[in-house]
Amino acid sequence: MSRIVVGHLYPDYLNIYADRGNIAVLERRAAWRGHRLEVRDVSVGDDLVPGEHDLLYIGGGQDREQALIAPDLAAKGEAARAAVDGGAALLAVCGGYQLMGRSYLDGSGERLPGVGLFPLETVAGSRRLIGDVLLECELEPGERRALAGFENHAGRTLLDESGTPLGRVVAGFGNDGESGFEGCRIGNAVGTYLHGPLLPRNPWLADWLLERALSRRGEGDVMLEPLPDELEHEAHEVAARRARERGGRR
Amino acid sequence: MRLGLEIALARAAGRLSRLAGAGGGTTLPGKLLLRLDPDAIDRLGRRLPLGSALVSATNGKTTTAAMAAEILSTRFRLAHNRSGANLVSGVASALLRADGAELGLLEVDEAALPEVVRRIHPRALCLGNLFRDQLDRYGELELVADGWRAAVRGLPAATALVVNGDDPQVASLSTEGGTPTVFGLDDPRHALPAVPHAADSSHCIRCGTPYAYAAVYVGHLGDYRCPKCGHARPALDVVARGIELNGLESAAFDLVAPGGTTRIALRLPGLYNVYNALAAASLALALGAGLDDVRAGLERFSAAFGRFERIAVGDRRVLVLLIKNPAGANEAVRTLLAGGAPTLAVIALNDAIADGRDVSWIWDVDFEPLLERLERVIATGERAAELSLRCKYAGVDPERIELVPELERALDRGLELTPPGGELVILPTYTAMLSLRKTVAGRGYVRPYWDERAA
Ligand SMILES: [Zn+2]
Repeated sequence: MSRIVVGHLYPDYLNIYADRGNIAVLERRAAWRGHRLEVRDVSVGDDLVPGEHDLLYIGGGQDREQALIAPDLAAKGEAARAAVDGGAALLAVCGGYQLMGRSYLDGSGERLPGVGLFPLETVAGSRRLIGDVLLECELEPGERRALAGFENHAGRTLLDESGTPLGRVVAGFGNDGESGFEGCRIGNAVGTYLHGPLLPRNPWLADWLLERALSRRGEGDVMLEPLPDELEHEAHEVAARRARERGGRR
Repeated sequence: MRLGLEIALARAAGRLSRLAGAGGGTTLPGKLLLRLDPDAIDRLGRRLPLGSALVSATNGKTTTAAMAAEILSTRFRLAHNRSGANLVSGVASALLRADGAELGLLEVDEAALPEVVRRIHPRALCLGNLFRDQLDRYGELELVADGWRAAVRGLPAATALVVNGDDPQVASLSTEGGTPTVFGLDDPRHALPAVPHAADSSHCIRCGTPYAYAAVYVGHLGDYRCPKCGHARPALDVVARGIELNGLESAAFDLVAPGGTTRIALRLPGLYNVYNALAAASLALALGAGLDDVRAGLERFSAAFGRFERIAVGDRRVLVLLIKNPAGANEAVRTLLAGGAPTLAVIALNDAIADGRDVSWIWDVDFEPLLERLERVIATGERAAELSLRCKYAGVDPERIELVPELERALDRGLELTPPGGELVILPTYTAMLSLRKTVAGRGYVRPYWDERAA
């Protein structure tokens, strides 16, 4: 039994798309394996102490909320990068994903500073990219997995040449609606536009994050035992079907 | 083409649609008319001798408009889109059916409001609240708020502007145009212990600092003040005090208006219905109704289409509470708990455009207090599996979750588990509500919605 310390960044500002659903999934799936998730809120004015957290989570918000927290988050940038360098896992969704890049030029023309963890820039486009999404990912060599979610973003995110996307778009828009890629991945850090929320219907990603967090706890290479995930798979199938039927339409 | 001919054609289309069984035909005539002549709605609006009153809000607009109609119908012949068809086409359809009507009383979709205001030049505008809702369809809340601001800006002083003072975004419109009436609650006994999870607009609309609330009533609605810049709830013109909530049965309050105070006994439960009643009362008063008319109308009112309906189905009853976004669903849950909480519930989640294609909002609803008390939950609708996960990760034992995607089967299963004389609680999203209602109508227990007349 291990304790996993999660830093939930700005839960009072960035919580627009069921972010607490993602946290609940991490909490329950850890508990079902006998581990305890301790979620600590880190918001405006709080210190982000490198080494304190095994997993960082940052969710989505509207332009207004993003603008309210962006300077504070940018000031935590070095600490966030140090945490990931130190082996902490990270999941950044939607608005949080944008701000984990270098900067976000929002719809009002304001350039919000980012953390610079992911090698990417985001610029708001005139139309929102909205709909169901299906991705194919390969976070571990040879292990192909599908991610199903929903995207709703004005931002067009451009990865640097050196950047690794989270996955290939099977259906939907993805980072910019054109490149055919979605999200970004560096080490144990994953950024994505997919909310939905993401983890309930893609439990493999929840377990991947938990395994990384447990490794960082000093548990060595962790393989969590499987759980009865019939409902999760059913929900995944429905969402994946939706994406194939109606994802990525303008 | 002349307006008269266009109208005749459009009406014929509505009758054909109903005859063909293709649903209510409640928007088709309007759609056809707008196709024939996009400006027809402007002229239809001008045919009403007393003009039109518009009602919009994220939550409660159908109920508020229906309550206002109940109050005003004894004095005026109304053109009212009773079945909730509230896009521009639905408004056009209601105006088409408005033979001999004097006053338009129109519920309008939040996103459609700017266009309808521009075309109809309303004589009164009642704005209830803005919550996050179907972000996949409406975009960010700020966009809807900006649209409202533009619609209200520069309204002539002759236009009555009725706004909810308890909603910071909506209240701030009162200084933009028209002659404002500000309504709100003043009864901290019914305040929530804290601002709910994922509440909107709980940060100061001027400076971004979290509001300090003397009382939070529903979502982010309440008596707010910014500790930094001082932005605060404006003075209230029409107030609800001495609120009394009686579980799932009823509510009562003192309506305190400039013209006097009267006690209102509603046949509907819940604080959100006090808000709806207060909005309807403020609108009716602004349109010249007397306090006695307001009280009588509100006390006659029983339910708006599908929002909170009790339907007898054989020897059992079905209680339908529409859910469509976190704020509204939280109130449905709160009302159920106040009524003693059921041990069984059917929750129905569809993801058609009218429900919102993005189902993530169910994770932002505080379902937990209800789920904790349920011995069994039946998850149904097109996204029933997602709903099952919502319950599972809330801590409900999967053994107690029944996944029955097909709505009619879920209804029958729920009825089977309900003892004779008992009541089955159903929480459906919009299109799930329509199809459940159709099923129940098909069995002869309610009239189809396009046949509904004033109670
Ligand atoms: Zn302020």
